[in-house]
Amino acid sequence: MTAAEKYVAAAYLVVFATVLAYVLIISLKLVRLEREVAELTELARARRTREREAAPVG
Amino acid sequence: MVAAVALIAFFAPEDADQGLSQKIFYFHVPIALTAYVCFGWGAWKGLLHLWKRRPGADLESYVAIHQGVIFGALTLVTGSIWAKISWGVWWAWSSNQLVLFLVLFLFYAAYFMLRFSVEPGPRRANLSAVYALFGVALIPVSFLAIRLANDFIHPTVFTSNGPQMSGRMFATFCISWAAILLLAATLYHVELAGKRLDSRLRELRELLA
Repeated sequence: MTAAEKYVAAAYLVVFATVLAYVLIISLKLVRLEREVAELTELARARRTREREAAPVG
Repeated sequence: MVAAVALIAFFAPEDADQGLSQKIFYFHVPIALTAYVCFGWGAWKGLLHLWKRRPGADLESYVAIHQGVIFGALTLVTGSIWAKISWGVWWAWSSNQLVLFLVLFLFYAAYFMLRFSVEPGPRRANLSAVYALFGVALIPVSFLAIRLANDFIHPTVFTSNGPQMSGRMFATFCISWAAILLLAATLYHVELAGKRLDSRLRELRELLA
């Protein structure tokens, strides 16, 4: 492998690695958002249950 | 992106002067032009925020500038690698094009320092929008400086006589730029959707608390 080939490969690798890192960061953020949505769903469900229990029967 | 890489590897002819190292051009220049587009888009969204008070324009401006800084950093890194092969040095302070691009990059990198030093709210959005608009003035300076200052180190491929390359090289360049623009647009929309979702979830959490 010549020096030019090594440098060209390095340049393309840098671009590829950056895009990959960016996608990884976005995917980690999506995982966090999914967890937060699940937590909020649980919170809303618990609130509805509490409201139903508190409502007068009959 | 796959098509662009395939064209660069198999379709575009090797440059008679620079040889294989010229293949960096097909990514380096489109990435630099995309960085300009992102900064321009960020400034346009900043203007919309100040002028029309369009909701969400501030966030769109921020995401566009974030993308621009990422593409700007890639421009500097790929350009530096190309400089090492062609000129034997990683950086040339005597090249106006390089220095002006670095100034533009640092200017927009400082945008984040300004943005995150102000509390979230209308003041932060206004200051960020004004800063983004000031920065956009550097784009034509950076782009035209090399043509006006006769920079002998950094090559000028696009002149008033058209692109200084063969038809196959130009076609490969156009497809590479289209691929990079598409990548930038996709990343912009994904990041923007993530940020909007984040902000709505925060609001929902406050409502449910």
